[in-house]
Amino acid sequence: MIAEIGHYALVLALGMALVQGTFPFWGAARRDPVLVGLACPTALAQFLFVSLAFGALIHAYVTSDFSLANVAQNSAVEKPMIYKISGTWGNHEGSLVLWVWILALFGALVAALGSNLPPAFRARVLGVQALIGVGFLAFMLFTSNPFLRLDPAPLDGRGLNPILQDPGLAMHPPLLYLGYVGLSTAYSFAVAALIEGRIDATWARWVRPWTLMAWIVLTLGIAAGSYWAYYELGWGGWWFWDPVENASLMPWLAATALLHSAIVVEKRDTLKSWTILLAILAFSLSLLGTFLVRSGVLTSVHAFATDPARGVFILGLLTVAIGGSLVLYAWRAPAMQGGGVFAPISREGGLLLNNLLLSTAAATVLLGTLYPLVLDTIGGDKISVGAPFFNATFVPLMVPLLLAVPVGSMLAWKRGDLAGVMDRLLAAVGVTFAAGLLWLALHDFRASLAAGGLALGVWVIAGSLNELLLRLGVAWPLDLSRVLARARGLPRSAWGMALAHAGLGVLVLGITVQGAGQIERILVMKPGETTELAGYEVRFDGVSQVQGPNYTAQRGTFTVTTDGAPVTVLHSEKRFFPIEGMPTTEAGIDTTLWRDLYFVLGDPAPDGGFAVRLYYNPLVLWIWGGALMMAAAGVLSLSDRRLRVGAPRPARAKTEPAPAGA
Amino acid sequence: MSEAATDPQPARRRPLLFIVPLVLFALTGVFLAIGLSRDPSTLPSALVGKPAPTFALPPLEGRDDHGFASTDLGGRPTLVNVFASWCVPCRIEHPVISRLAEQGVAVQGIDYKDKPEDARVWLRELGDPFQHLGADRDGRVAIEWGVYGVPETFVVDKNGRIAYRHVGPLQPRDVEEKILPLLEKLK
Repeated sequence: MIAEIGHYALVLALGMALVQGTFPFWGAARRDPVLVGLACPTALAQFLFVSLAFGALIHAYVTSDFSLANVAQNSAVEKPMIYKISGTWGNHEGSLVLWVWILALFGALVAALGSNLPPAFRARVLGVQALIGVGFLAFMLFTSNPFLRLDPAPLDGRGLNPILQDPGLAMHPPLLYLGYVGLSTAYSFAVAALIEGRIDATWARWVRPWTLMAWIVLTLGIAAGSYWAYYELGWGGWWFWDPVENASLMPWLAATALLHSAIVVEKRDTLKSWTILLAILAFSLSLLGTFLVRSGVLTSVHAFATDPARGVFILGLLTVAIGGSLVLYAWRAPAMQGGGVFAPISREGGLLLNNLLLSTAAATVLLGTLYPLVLDTIGGDKISVGAPFFNATFVPLMVPLLLAVPVGSMLAWKRGDLAGVMDRLLAAVGVTFAAGLLWLALHDFRASLAAGGLALGVWVIAGSLNELLLRLGVAWPLDLSRVLARARGLPRSAWGMALAHAGLGVLVLGITVQGAGQIERILVMKPGETTELAGYEVRFDGVSQVQGPNYTAQRGTFTVTTDGAPVTVLHSEKRFFPIEGMPTTEAGIDTTLWRDLYFVLGDPAPDGGFAVRLYYNPLVLWIWGGALMMAAAGVLSLSDRRLRVGAPRPARAKTEPAPAGA
Repeated sequence: MSEAATDPQPARRRPLLFIVPLVLFALTGVFLAIGLSRDPSTLPSALVGKPAPTFALPPLEGRDDHGFASTDLGGRPTLVNVFASWCVPCRIEHPVISRLAEQGVAVQGIDYKDKPEDARVWLRELGDPFQHLGADRDGRVAIEWGVYGVPETFVVDKNGRIAYRHVGPLQPRDVEEKILPLLEKLK
């Protein structure tokens, strides 16, 4: 019965979305306040109905209602409760419900918090948002209905793919989807602006907090996914340039570019049509990601539901959403006049460079992701583009970007003084060279590439610290009260920018040092044997049989000591899930700020030993730490009064050119 | 898709520039559409049209059989199914294979990197459609067949040449559309 309510709620949500996607447009065009006023209540009602459907589906999972085909295929009685709940979105149909729920959530948020928007504009934004919802609700109801019944109902379900039975999975998809779908607001704002044919500094001010919100969760989602891949897949790596990972990276790059270019629109009233294009592209890349994952066009380790029939539907959606908005763009954008002249050495020049590099990087990732498909289509071979391509193209684009970050963020608007900036960055330059040389001294010339990466990371961190200290007026002799007063006066977005850029530097440090310093040992160990790994003695104590809630496992135990002093005892498991008939690997990981020890138990060898893989991963935690810093910086910026969602329209009297941070 | 190609600061006099993103997207869309119409599971096989590799596999312990060897191929069109008891898609595919055997198709099996006791339980539970079954404990013979991962199914003609290769679980549709017509043709 509850399932039928859920099903019916989806139909009602579709109806609401249809109303919300038509009448407000009409009202906005005819300046009819009644029709315009329909947008907000329908957006809230649509959210309510989708929530009802989502709740009904979760209920079916929690109560193991195997009369629903979706539950029977993806759940089982013998499954811990958290995975019953997270299993709701661990499959194609359920993840779509989550997708649409988040879409409706953002619509409802714009309706509830967007009181600073002009009513007609808000109606158009909500209208566009609703049209996306119509597409996806129809997709769900016609091709991927989660509420289909099974008759007779099986006694037990088929279980959830064991690799997905992990706390990480409970978090990762919702975060990622919040980010993906959150970009729909930026898209709706852009399309609404194209329809109105007007875009100005206030538009940029409206769109930034929404983009920032999506960007924060997308950052967290990608970081969570990468961490999940690190500890669950048992390969010792944290990023694999897999199509599904790329699908999340591309919108992130575009959204990052959008955050920066929107500043230029706000401050200098230029780069308008480019910013609109970025807003469209960021969401388009999210849609494309959904398509790639769902359609089976590209095969990937992550894709858990592929079906060509659904692919055709999503391709249709893609064509309407992306194609439609780009037609609108080609038609209306040329009329959007840019203001002001662009000096290459200026804050806006720096932001433009940022945009060029980030969007080229996104295009590169797109090319690498789609190239196998294109080659196959034109009759070439089935190939896969792997890490070498991306390392050879993506990394060189990041080097100038990282070099420019500290400089660009210190340049003045309109006309910057490069020599002056470098002069003020002297301390950071010194620290950077010292770090690079120190690394070389500790290693040898073969480590020069790593030294370069390390120096880049240090440069970005030192640069943002340097800037922050200068703005706080930290100088010798130290005037503490003045510094504190300045610290209070500094806008939160400035703190946010410094923290975000420092986080980027921390990320680069983690990537570089982990990549250069990783030690991998693959060997066969017999119980009681000891080996050496990066200065640690690792003893393999043996393997025992353990029984989990819905699996059995072989658990290998390793005792780690250094110079005889105990460090840690690690367990790595090979789990076998009988219902699903699949094995998984649980790595044993000991994490500190400076290094991870990462042990994986492998197959038994004929002589009574076990194949084991032992990794020493220096600074690997910094990779996710840097991403967390960036997300935290986003939250900090979002809390800035000027940007806050729903904040009253700020007074125009602000004269101080407060730089906004991302 | 178009970022790099579009001038970030467009002038009003060049409206054509604004069509570039649309054109690039249209191109992408065409490729995606063609990609959709292709079956991602048909991996090309260098072995199609060539004689099946020479091999001799021991029987699955406890199964009344001499094992499976290249000498068992030829004479009539044969299906060779590579499977393992630990592989979920194999379990899904198994009824399809069994039905083919019931229809009189000669089906041979290669049990890939499996424990004999697991494989025996599996066959007892799901049925044993195989004429001959070889246990490929270390997976070496599967490599010679060019197997990427289980399950994979090959059609071998009466001259012992590989006529077709299917990667992934056989679906009833694959049987209707590809396997049965091919077997008919090879007779």
